[in-house]
Amino acid sequence: MSVWNKQRREEEPAVPLNTNTIRPTPSAPPVEPKKEGTTLSSMSSMPTGRMEPETSRGGSATIGKAVKINGQIYSREDLYVDGDVEGTIELMDHKLTIGPNGKVHAGVKAREVVALGVIQGNVEASERIEIRKDAKLVGDIKTARIIIEDGAYFKGSIDIVKSEPKAAPSQPRPQPAASAPAAAPVAVAASASDAKR
Amino acid sequence: MELFSDRLKSFLRGPRPPAEAGPPANGGSAPGLVSMPGGHEAPESRPSRGLDQFFGSFRDQTGLSILDLGGAHQENVNFITNLGHKFYSEDFLRIFQETFGEDIADQSNPGRIDYFLRRSLEYPDEQFDGVLAWDALEYMEPALLFATADRLWRILKPKGYLLAIFHSAERKQRMVPCCGFRIQDPRTLQVSRHGERAASQQLFNNRSLEKLFHKFESVKFFLARDSLREVIVRK
Repeated sequence: MSVWNKQRREEEPAVPLNTNTIRPTPSAPPVEPKKEGTTLSSMSSMPTGRMEPETSRGGSATIGKAVKINGQIYSREDLYVDGDVEGTIELMDHKLTIGPNGKVHAGVKAREVVALGVIQGNVEASERIEIRKDAKLVGDIKTARIIIEDGAYFKGSIDIVKSEPKAAPSQPRPQPAASAPAAAPVAVAASASDAKR
Repeated sequence: MELFSDRLKSFLRGPRPPAEAGPPANGGSAPGLVSMPGGHEAPESRPSRGLDQFFGSFRDQTGLSILDLGGAHQENVNFITNLGHKFYSEDFLRIFQETFGEDIADQSNPGRIDYFLRRSLEYPDEQFDGVLAWDALEYMEPALLFATADRLWRILKPKGYLLAIFHSAERKQRMVPCCGFRIQDPRTLQVSRHGERAASQQLFNNRSLEKLFHKFESVKFFLARDSLREVIVRK
């Protein structure tokens, strides 16, 4: 292993990033089914059919403001959307942030949702949702907790669903990824980032 | 005369930018609002018998559907969802302003009225157990007002309640204050004034309100201080 590689490793964040994320190679051309604008600077290259963008925002994937996506997005890490998305977004145990330029016409499921832009569609946030000032949300919300800032526009219904307390882990911490089966690294990475929160 | 001059200046200056840490959300950012001389006023807590009556009628019930026409305020969302009800939100006055602007004549146009009601109150019949209309009805001209009251009657369940607030029975001034209403507790409202709107030509005295809500089973009035009139109607 070269010294250069060692230095790069030291620059990486302490919390391991989701190993499921496909990192872009510098020379890889951007691939996107539909895009507006000229660049995909904040979007990773990815195999066709996979929507797992680059980790450019401190452990979260980012869909930049010049990007438009039609389809289904599944992510096992936090996602920041500042572009246009039509379809569905599922993050399950992670946080979705719709940036001020973001326009989401989609059903959304996530652990936590923060809206600064526009969401049109139903939202399920298992922990909480924040609708910030100047955000616009049209749709029905199911969540355990909601925060609406003054100036936000909301049209729809709010169903407060008390989240069930998470069961205490009955087993000790998982073994290091090296000895785990193929799918284990993702779980380890996810639980590590959860622990950080 | 001086007051009129101030208001004219204020009108020509247009709406003030929202205060940095100002309280209002409801309608505060809606276009078409005329700022009050002196800007936003500090929110004021006031007892509300209408509110007491409204939620008193739902005592010991949960899982009801409550529609708030004043936009989504954190306090109201918390209060209603903590009671175990489902909260529905419409920023009614914003849609009203977007649809009609300052054009009073347009409020008599059946096509525009229909368009407005589809945007703001497109719900199945008998969907709601309660509707918090606040002062949203006060700015409408008669044709639109009666159509809206009719739509509200349709979307309320039988025995459902509606709370509406009117600032004055007699229409002596051309402008009426625009307020945000936040529920502090079942008997107290926090009212924040954040502008003025052109008053409707419609009178809101007891007789005219009974006529407006003639399809409802009962109409009850509560006169509060500052001539604020709270009205509870039951379907």
